[in-house]
Amino acid sequence: MLRAESLTAIRGERLVFQDVNFALREGGALILSGRNGSGKSTLLRVLAGLVRPDAGRLMWNDSDALADRTEHGSRVALLGHQDALKPGLTSTENLAFAARLSGRPIGAALADLDLSVLADLPARMLSAGQKRRLALARISLSGAPLWLLDEPTLGLDDPAVDRLGSLLARHRHGGGMIVTATHLTLPLPDAETLRLSAA
Amino acid sequence: MTGFHAILSRELRLSVRHGADTLAALLFFLLIVSLFPFAIGPAPETLGRMAPGIIWVSALLSAFLSLDRLFGADFEDGSLDQLLLSGVPGIGIAAAKTLAHWIVTGVPLLLAAVPLAVMLRMPMEAMPALLAGLLPGSALLSLFGTAGAAIVVGARRAGMLLPLLVLPLVTPVLIFGVAAADAAATGQSPRPHLLLLAALLAAALPLCPLAASVALRGASE
Repeated sequence: MLRAESLTAIRGERLVFQDVNFALREGGALILSGRNGSGKSTLLRVLAGLVRPDAGRLMWNDSDALADRTEHGSRVALLGHQDALKPGLTSTENLAFAARLSGRPIGAALADLDLSVLADLPARMLSAGQKRRLALARISLSGAPLWLLDEPTLGLDDPAVDRLGSLLARHRHGGGMIVTATHLTLPLPDAETLRLSAA
Repeated sequence: MTGFHAILSRELRLSVRHGADTLAALLFFLLIVSLFPFAIGPAPETLGRMAPGIIWVSALLSAFLSLDRLFGADFEDGSLDQLLLSGVPGIGIAAAKTLAHWIVTGVPLLLAAVPLAVMLRMPMEAMPALLAGLLPGSALLSLFGTAGAAIVVGARRAGMLLPLLVLPLVTPVLIFGVAAADAAATGQSPRPHLLLLAALLAAALPLCPLAASVALRGASE
């Protein structure tokens, strides 16, 4: 269970958001909405433990999640703006690091996102949508209970969005949690929505 | 430990794929050292006396060539966030990066120093002391370099900032490294200088990855 208690973030001299409260149970999903620059990405980075909140607390099963940020990192899989792929490595090699840490098979993760035929292709040859799918394959490979997805549908075609939907459903069914920032409708049934307004 | 090995093997694989970047430091080293005979003349007595200094300064500059990409590339493409969220402690990430840099840059420079010293007509009795100094010396360059690279990551003109930050820190390494080879060349014992290098290594081994891990956390904020 993930609970945010009046989280506040200040970047530079600007108040990005304040008093963000929510609770997310096992199997739950939360959609962050709001205008550009309303702090969705910053909130995701706070939830990942990469950025320290300037006020408020983040609780994981009733203990302070950010007390040990290394441990919190292993509970989190983050899909950021960037796909974090190395252009010189093949699809399989790009996933090797995540696979080694989680001990899960790479082939299944590639198949989930319809990337099996591209397994041995260097990432620099992939299209933007294919790169996004490869980054999503890393998320599904991670085994982390909390998925933080920043615009996961960026560049995806319709069949890929459907695959993403079944991936998200499977993760929630297994007790996983999802927090995602998006402007489009995501295949996430009965997800709560948190609206961030520019402070 | 799995995480440490995973990062190390990822780094080494990337170095193999980007072979040109990897070889650049070695070729740069060979090239700078080869320039000295042209600049100061081929007289064996002058060159031989200056050889340890030439090799040390050139090795130091070459080791810095690839440092700004050590974390810079990961920072730009978002991989740094993934590393920090991998569950591997920051000190483990920094230590794995340091070891990878040493294997890819330090060891080749160490090996290339032998033919270059011969080329510069360095007295043969100084060779063991030169190599015994370069062994901890190259590791120290990787350690200080990794810490410096982690501190400047995300800064504009990081490549310029890095040598300004780290070169003063590694000056003691240079002094004792050259002194060890010089002592051996003049028939004295290089032992005190090598021991001082080993002491520096013992201090830098835990402290530099620690500094780097704090800097990396700061860079990702």
